[in-house]
Amino acid sequence: MVVQSFNYVRTEMEAEAPAPGTSVGFVGWMRKNLFSTPGNSLLTVLGVLLLVWAVPPLYNFLIGKAVFIAENGETCRVEGAGACWAFIWARINFFIYGFYPMEEQWRVNICFVLGIILIVPLLWLDLPGKVLNAILFFVIYPIVAFILLNGGIFGLQSVPTENWGGLTVTLIIGITGIVVSLPIGIVLALGRQSNLPVIKTLSIMFIELWRAVPLITVLFMASVMLPLFVPTGMTVDKLLRALVGVSLFSAAYLAEVVRGGLQALPRGQYEAASAMGLNYWKSMLLIILPQALKHVIPGIVNSFIALFKDTSLVSIVGIFDLLQTVQSSSSDLKWAGPHQAITGYIFAAMVFWIFCFSMSRYSIFTERRLDTGHKR
Amino acid sequence: MQKKLVTIALAATLSLTATAAYADTLADVKAKGYVQCGVTGGVAGFSAPDADNNWSGLEVDYCRAVAAAIFNDADAVRYTPLTSTERFAALSSGEIDILSRTTTWTMSRDTTLGINFAGTMFYDGQGFMVRKADGIDSALDLSGAAVCIESGTTTELNAADFFAANGLEYDPIVFVDQDEVVKAFEDGRCDVYTTDSSALASERTKFAVPDDYKILPEIISKEPLGPSVRQGDDTWFNIARWVYFALLNAEELGITQANVDEMLGSDNPSIKRILGVEGDFGTPLGLDKSWAYNIIKHVGNYGEIYERHVGPNTPIGLDRGINALWTQGGIQYAPPIR
Repeated sequence: MVVQSFNYVRTEMEAEAPAPGTSVGFVGWMRKNLFSTPGNSLLTVLGVLLLVWAVPPLYNFLIGKAVFIAENGETCRVEGAGACWAFIWARINFFIYGFYPMEEQWRVNICFVLGIILIVPLLWLDLPGKVLNAILFFVIYPIVAFILLNGGIFGLQSVPTENWGGLTVTLIIGITGIVVSLPIGIVLALGRQSNLPVIKTLSIMFIELWRAVPLITVLFMASVMLPLFVPTGMTVDKLLRALVGVSLFSAAYLAEVVRGGLQALPRGQYEAASAMGLNYWKSMLLIILPQALKHVIPGIVNSFIALFKDTSLVSIVGIFDLLQTVQSSSSDLKWAGPHQAITGYIFAAMVFWIFCFSMSRYSIFTERRLDTGHKR
Repeated sequence: MQKKLVTIALAATLSLTATAAYADTLADVKAKGYVQCGVTGGVAGFSAPDADNNWSGLEVDYCRAVAAAIFNDADAVRYTPLTSTERFAALSSGEIDILSRTTTWTMSRDTTLGINFAGTMFYDGQGFMVRKADGIDSALDLSGAAVCIESGTTTELNAADFFAANGLEYDPIVFVDQDEVVKAFEDGRCDVYTTDSSALASERTKFAVPDDYKILPEIISKEPLGPSVRQGDDTWFNIARWVYFALLNAEELGITQANVDEMLGSDNPSIKRILGVEGDFGTPLGLDKSWAYNIIKHVGNYGEIYERHVGPNTPIGLDRGINALWTQGGIQYAPPIR
């Protein structure tokens, strides 16, 4: 008997047919992402129209018709001219250093360079020597920077803080605020959870008081009212007052952010720490805080970014931060023109954006880096 | 609320004691070696940072004059840029020694805020700007005109008063923001733009072709801008006031920064007195007898300051107008130094 083999079943795979032309490549991508439903199609069309409507004028204003090189405002006043970048270039020195004497500006530059040299390895998580680095940045650097900027000793010409200004002051307030407010915030958050009534009450009072008043009020009180309280003849430096105000204000917010992290930890973590015989500080430093802080990195960075942008509020108490230098330069008659002020504001916005966006990216990096699978 | 009230009461009490304790401002200033001067954050021609990042302007030069009178050094000044809301508090708390910040001298400010105005560095007032092409030469020709105004300001009220008082019809076009007002005027939505004349002049420089516009001669409100000091320290007030008078007297006597040394040999008794060649007018002020000489040497006379910052040869280009000396048709007048 001959065994007949009937190949009813394919023994090898048929080659894949190409996908329909409408679902691959550019057309497919468009159909999937832009025109999947009538509603999405409508939104896409509207979006494109919006871009067509908005982008060319923006491009023309910012780049196409903008004036990049000019001797004075004359060129920027031409009919149809766009942003007056030449004005920014001409006043950039003022935007960075404020009223800092020109021949002494190398001191500010040294501070900038030192700051970068110290802060980059600190943020670079893989590099060793963090303790030394931290001591240098948090303890030595502020002292050196203050001596350099303020002068008055070692033969350096004295430059009072009234003359500090521009981006320098924005960075001083921003960085000091961030560095000072985080530890205070953590202590306050722990204090608020304390079992000791005095510490708990004081922490709650501090946090609720500072969170309940607007920053402008704080700055205004510090700048206008404080001199009335202190003994006559004793003046506290205006910049220092703003620094203290901004730091304490921000600390109250951070305290609540950190408290959120502390409460997110399961009870078992606290109990486990106690069971291991760790005392309060050790259990906090070794077990609780590392986990709690990791959870709230986005919230902390959020506060930092808000703080950095809030530094521009110090201009209302007459401190020449970046925004205030831009504002007062916009009355510079040499560059008078229809777009003088708006160009200045765009410039300030870009500078703020660069700093805030960098902070945001760094926070995402640390989050990923520290992720141990607890992401919820 | 309770807390707030207590704070305010406390602040008020302390401000009184503070005023008393600061009674000797001159000694204080001499001890620290500089005059702390409150200025604006940036009003072109009055006080604004210049190209070399230094403060400059009409009101800044007044502070420099005070420093020159006290220290024979016009640079012995530190500036505190102030907002309009904090300026008076800064003065009464002793944070600044002199407020020279485009502040209009009004009765309520002079009598209720615990400050004294030393003089009027600049007589400002509301004016009108029109397009040259319209051929208008006087504000009285403005009947039926569309007027661009910033809302909620005294400007709006002054304009209403002016047009009503002169029996003129007008069509107010009101905006919330100064920049919008200027833009509307530039776009031809109205025939006239009205605000303080010094502001009119500096806004004009921002137009594409400033020469197409002109400012009418009429001034319809009084805005005397001057420096002020804390009440209750007459010595310091005298210095503030006589520095201003010295600037005016110097111009009247023809003493300029350039010829002041030459003038030391002048036979004119008035010049001899002001320059301290004859008599001693400095000691009663608590200053050196060459105080006025130092002012003129370092800063110049009032006319020079005016020409330097807001005069016809600057971008602001304001004629002297009522800010000319009384001998030249203006109202700037100083008592004699004798």
